[in-house]
Amino acid sequence: MDAGVPAMSARKLRPRVPMPMQPPLVRRGNFTEVALGYSLEQAVAEARRCLQCKKPTCQGGCPVEVDCKGFIAHLVHRDVEGAFAVIKRTNSLPAVCGRVCPQEKQCERACKLAPTGEPVAIGRLERFVADTYYASDACASAIAAAKQCRLPREDVRVACVGSGPSSLTAAGFLAALGAQVTVFEGLHEVGGVLVYGIPEFRLPKSIVATEVEHLRRLGVEFRTNWVVGQTVGLTELFHQGYRAVFVGTGAGLPQFLGIPGESLLGVYSANEYLTRVNLMRAYAFPRYDTPLPQGRYVTVIGGGNVAMDAARTALRLGAQEVTVVYRRTQAEMPCRAEELEHALEEGIRVRELLAPVAFEGQDGWLSGLRVERMALGEPDESGRRRPVPTGETEVLATDLCIIGIGTGPNPVLLRATPGLRLNARGYIDVDPTTGETSIPMVFAGGDIVTGAATVVLAMGAGRRAAREIAQRLGLI
Amino acid sequence: MTLILRRREIIAGQTIELVLHAPAIAAKARPGHFVILRVHPEGERIPLTIADADAQAGTITLVFLVVGTTTALLARLQEQEAILDVCGPLGQPTPIRPVGEVVCVGGGTGIAAMHHIAKGHAQVGNRVTAIIGARTASLLLFEEELSRFCEKVIVATDDGSRGVRGLVTDALRGHLAAHPGVAEVIAVGPVPMMRAVAELTRPLGISTVASLNAIMVDGMGMCGACRVRVGGVIRFACVDGPDFDAHAVDFDELAARLRAFVSQERQSYGCRCACHERA
Repeated sequence: MDAGVPAMSARKLRPRVPMPMQPPLVRRGNFTEVALGYSLEQAVAEARRCLQCKKPTCQGGCPVEVDCKGFIAHLVHRDVEGAFAVIKRTNSLPAVCGRVCPQEKQCERACKLAPTGEPVAIGRLERFVADTYYASDACASAIAAAKQCRLPREDVRVACVGSGPSSLTAAGFLAALGAQVTVFEGLHEVGGVLVYGIPEFRLPKSIVATEVEHLRRLGVEFRTNWVVGQTVGLTELFHQGYRAVFVGTGAGLPQFLGIPGESLLGVYSANEYLTRVNLMRAYAFPRYDTPLPQGRYVTVIGGGNVAMDAARTALRLGAQEVTVVYRRTQAEMPCRAEELEHALEEGIRVRELLAPVAFEGQDGWLSGLRVERMALGEPDESGRRRPVPTGETEVLATDLCIIGIGTGPNPVLLRATPGLRLNARGYIDVDPTTGETSIPMVFAGGDIVTGAATVVLAMGAGRRAAREIAQRLGLI
Repeated sequence: MTLILRRREIIAGQTIELVLHAPAIAAKARPGHFVILRVHPEGERIPLTIADADAQAGTITLVFLVVGTTTALLARLQEQEAILDVCGPLGQPTPIRPVGEVVCVGGGTGIAAMHHIAKGHAQVGNRVTAIIGARTASLLLFEEELSRFCEKVIVATDDGSRGVRGLVTDALRGHLAAHPGVAEVIAVGPVPMMRAVAELTRPLGISTVASLNAIMVDGMGMCGACRVRVGGVIRFACVDGPDFDAHAVDFDELAARLRAFVSQERQSYGCRCACHERA
């Protein structure tokens, strides 16, 4: 028998093992990770809930096709190393994905238990495996083994531009096959959005550092303070001996609303606010030199993960009140369900159906945000019900407003590389199967191709392009 | 790490010139470009305009005024010491075409940044007049360097201790009256100076470029801190500039936005200095 839905009556389904977490009132005062992670016993108990379906659907729900059933089977037998090996076959950043993937829209939605409302907690298990594995000495031996199975090929040099999830994935894939990989990063620290964008309480920087160290030991070279397009031209890299280039420069250009008062002091892009706090450690000002934007009554505009990150960061930095302003309702918010849930638990207010109209100020400083009430109309092209203006406005008192309404393609490399064909939205146009751009042997993936999306989609694109590069260069 | 090859205090304890070993940046640096630097692991990122570059020698020259924490820390570094992070060249280069006669106006430390642009104009064959100004003669810089390739260097000091007494705009007004063929004016310096230059050339219809000194974090288009209003449209000084049509720049907004962190900057400076005194 191989039924689509397994026979529940045969075995009583236990509830999901809850994730241990910092209590909301404690965590809103610190930057330590919110979710604390499973213990081995909890992980094994959760792994046992997996039905080990004959025809698993979970793997198909994963953008990088992690063999969920396979790694969970190892976990049931307490074999963390085996589980890690299964995950790592297709996922180069498991400790990151276990934390930031929207599992409820991917593997866990595809889980056969999803209709019960209690799918296997695949994301939590993935995180457990990666964390436990990295904490053990097994890491070093695995890297040594990986090196032994492939001799480095001095003649096969590949450049990765940017050091976010897509580039790191491509770099790891190619380095494991013996390519000499150089990652060029414009900022002074490696990790891209994982270090400047996602806050410590959701993704500790030490996790990113571990993944990067893993790549370094595989032979990947990292060059910080190198802006491709400025410090060195994209096609110049070929003259320097690189035989292929992967571009993963992300969608880092913040969008503004274009409403009156946006230049008032106290109005920030979420990118600026989060970069100051995460990358520059402004939360530790004045021990760190980068100034921190101060606010008691903080408003955050937007409904995605970035908006939630900004709101929860402001709360942790001592804001008296943090309000998220969104023009639709909570049901339409694009953020991970868990982020909204955590934000609400921590005391963040969400004001729905409000659209910003103007910033109001005094002596050049922000004092209020004028918003217009919206109603929900017919669904738009995204399938979500469109907000319709009602004409009614009100002013929210605020002294710090953070705009998290989305980003556009970073223009630096694109403007400097005229031969690179862009699509109508201004992102890089690639062959969907190979990831190759209009310039031969230049590949691209992640947000610079799709527009702002998720870490795991960027990783999937990095992996796809890396496989194509490896084939063209004779590595596989 | 970027090595400091030469260091010179142009104005003792106040304005410092560093020549850095930065071959990759030097090879690409054009007039108008800037770098972002960071002095220590807890440091902030600040933009500094490239005052000169020598691709053959692999060096770039930075000139800065000691105004806050990072510039104070930078001022302490000596020759053969290194700057932790130097990233660049960033921004769009100043558009330089053969147009005939140009005037480059520089005020304060802006004279150093203007120097690179003036040199670029001279290199394409434009006849360059430099007008430089400071409160008093001892605060002037780059007069000799500019005189090497400028047809004329006009000096204006507030107290008349050197050159003409008055502001650079007074000198500019006189020069433009006597030279109706000036095709372009470039202004680099404090906001009030650039605004005054723009107001002076606007009625004369002379194309004018201002190099803006907005606050930046990453310097590559990611944060939007440096947003400026040009012709009613929001532009980013880091990736769209730093040079813009001076007649279209909203200087009031720029001046206001430069005040964003004044109190924190004072606090940070006090803290670092106090730490240093104790050390």
